[in-house]
Amino acid sequence: MITSSHDVVLVGGGAAGLRAAIAIAQSDPRLSIAVVSKVYPMRSHTVSAEGGAAAVVRPDDSFDEHAYDTISGGDWLCDQDAVEAFVHEAPEEMLRLEHWGCPWSREPDGHIAVRPFGGMKKMRTWFAADKTGFHLLHTLFQTSLKYTRVVRYDECFVTKLLVEEGRAQGVVAIELMSGQVRAITAKAVLLCTGGCGRVFPFTTNANIKNGDGMALAYRAGAPLKDMEFVQYHPTGLPFTGILITEAARAEGGWLLNKDGYRYLQDYNLGTPQPHPVLRSMELGPRDRLSQAFVKEMEKGRTIEGPYGPVVHLDIRHLGEKVIKTKLPFVRELCLKYQNIDPITEMIPVRPVVHYMMGGVHTDINGATPLPGLYAAGEAACVSINGANRLGSNSLSECLVFGARAGRAAAAFAANQPEALSAVLAQAADEQRRLERELLHKTDGRERIAVLREEMQQIMEGSAGIYRSGATLTEAARKLRQLQERFRNIALHDHSRTFNTELIAALELSYMLDVAETIVQSALRREESRGAHQRTDFPARDDQRYLAHSLAYRNADGSCRIEYLPVTITRWPPGERVYGK
Amino acid sequence: MSDTITLHVARYRPEVETEPTFQEYQTPCRKDWVVLDALNYIKDKVDGTLSYRWSCRMGICGSCGMTVNGEPKLTCATFLTDYAPGPVRVEPLRNFPIVRDLVIEMSDFMRKLVQVKPWIIRADEKPLSEGEYLQTPEELDEYKQFSMCINCMLCYAACPVYGLEPHFIGPAAIALAQRYNLDSRDQGARERMDLLSDHTGIWGCTFVGECTKACPKSVDPAAAIQRYKLKAALSWFKSFLLPRGAS
Repeated sequence: MITSSHDVVLVGGGAAGLRAAIAIAQSDPRLSIAVVSKVYPMRSHTVSAEGGAAAVVRPDDSFDEHAYDTISGGDWLCDQDAVEAFVHEAPEEMLRLEHWGCPWSREPDGHIAVRPFGGMKKMRTWFAADKTGFHLLHTLFQTSLKYTRVVRYDECFVTKLLVEEGRAQGVVAIELMSGQVRAITAKAVLLCTGGCGRVFPFTTNANIKNGDGMALAYRAGAPLKDMEFVQYHPTGLPFTGILITEAARAEGGWLLNKDGYRYLQDYNLGTPQPHPVLRSMELGPRDRLSQAFVKEMEKGRTIEGPYGPVVHLDIRHLGEKVIKTKLPFVRELCLKYQNIDPITEMIPVRPVVHYMMGGVHTDINGATPLPGLYAAGEAACVSINGANRLGSNSLSECLVFGARAGRAAAAFAANQPEALSAVLAQAADEQRRLERELLHKTDGRERIAVLREEMQQIMEGSAGIYRSGATLTEAARKLRQLQERFRNIALHDHSRTFNTELIAALELSYMLDVAETIVQSALRREESRGAHQRTDFPARDDQRYLAHSLAYRNADGSCRIEYLPVTITRWPPGERVYGK
Repeated sequence: MSDTITLHVARYRPEVETEPTFQEYQTPCRKDWVVLDALNYIKDKVDGTLSYRWSCRMGICGSCGMTVNGEPKLTCATFLTDYAPGPVRVEPLRNFPIVRDLVIEMSDFMRKLVQVKPWIIRADEKPLSEGEYLQTPEELDEYKQFSMCINCMLCYAACPVYGLEPHFIGPAAIALAQRYNLDSRDQGARERMDLLSDHTGIWGCTFVGECTKACPKSVDPAAAIQRYKLKAALSWFKSFLLPRGAS
């Protein structure tokens, strides 16, 4: 085992992790920072974000309006103090990225351009064509290279959080290239590992999105918050699940059913206009649009495609020039992966799992209840997204709360003693576990891919756009069985060098834990709110559930749900109104 | 068209084999499957020991570059049916040491990336309170193309110079240097010049143009290198006439 020691260890090198790394380096140049990522940071899933990043910039806009859009979009489950901090700090973060070289799209006079986005009443979404996440990530990564105090552990897969005397003190990781186990100790640990879309069969999420950080925190005793809120993005390409950005609708795209009818007008989302209207029709929030798709399907008004029902996203009327300048990636993806040209053809789309509103429970500074453990980005739940995130808030969230969590972790680390030597004994135990239970295991019979697919089907069938108590109860039982079967996992690869089968097994075990928290949280929430729609409890119930769910892991491995009140500052719960 | 296709996949496990071998697999050949889908089919259903990198499956993360029938390709953007009836030969990217199976060792590039200082360099930082640096769409267009590089390493695999001279900084890193040099917000061109006007920098390139052909994102590194050569030559010439005025 190789050991090394730092002041702060960051797990994950996407937008939140890299923003945090730079924040720490700038706040206290004496601190040594480790960025541990299972991929090279520029491969992180931030790279796939397309549409943009929200921050108030225009004189006709205000922080209160951004806050209200976010809170109503989140069906009043957002913590309003966090939302207020978020909207205030987002513009500064966007500007900082601009100063670091992010190629934001511009107005003819050289100022930053903004575009409309779903659920937003004003134009405030900054964009870099339709590759915003890609440019943001590469800008952050390249800028981070300036800071010599940032030490990278590329392609190192974290298997365990080291906790001693009630304090997070580092991680154990497998270095893929060599197969060697590393103990990386620290005075604070910050999880920025992103979401867990891969627990579902049909997702925009990359192969690496397995809820690693969520499971690590959960196993270490920190609760996961609001895990029942899973965002379906309304426009994914069938089969691949590749995302067609909301920007396609923001620029004026229409959603059409099999009769060529803009069906959203039937779902209390406004009346169709030739040009996009903010907070209306195709620019409604994602939860409502994905739910409308299911209703259309039930009415038999979707189109039957080779991979199930679809509707059409029509952007032909925007014309070649707008499509080529504002939506070049949409066109590239359609041409390359769907073999259609959106300039002349309609795009078949269906809802697709996209984002976790829930995550590791943190306060407004990214601190979890476990001292020394922090989280930020999609892996965390602050919560600014409530029951439904608005498009273009998540990249901004990575920056605002990545920076906040980074600064908080740095301040914590500056006042802590070195990690205790007892953590190294823990790390040695973990190494033995990895070797005994996985690397040297020869008697397993369950295939990784089979268990994974079964888990994904259970999740799609029970925790999809609409849920019910009966299917969730059944899903919980089946997931327990999968946990049992996982003990009998078959591993054929016993090589130490770049053993991706071993990693896939570890990822599957993380996903099984995360899947259980999703199902248990969904089962316990007997109401419908935002992205959590219960057919047996179709109304929102503020009396009982104006509260965050907190999923804790019991000593026997089972999951326990508790509740925490939502912080309301200035916007009492109201009706979500769109299209008016 | 046949419903299955044969893949000849390069295997190399350093703990078992002394040199790469080929293993044959049969996979379904579906109309919308890319080469990566076939590899995932093998991994999930046939042989869990096959190792390769992949992540986004939408041509933006840059992980899944491999050599397909002799050419460097993103396997998530390369349709199987283009190679029907097969067989399809899948190998690791050329010009790199092989770690295992289809996984190459790319830490050389990661080091070169830092060397070209791919960040905004300025004499004076404007405070955030003064807002953004203005940049017109035309100024953005000056460098935009070179900012589209996904670091997929296809250009290095295609570059005959890099194959012979591993010290050559190479197409993607030079394109990235140029991306910052041409950014109206940047003032670091001179700092980057010393490194790039070295023989391991732009002058190493013999302008074969293979990098531009291989690039899946139309970055055109060859153009970046040519523009740079012109500028470097001009700058060298100017330095005789105006010892302190060259930029």
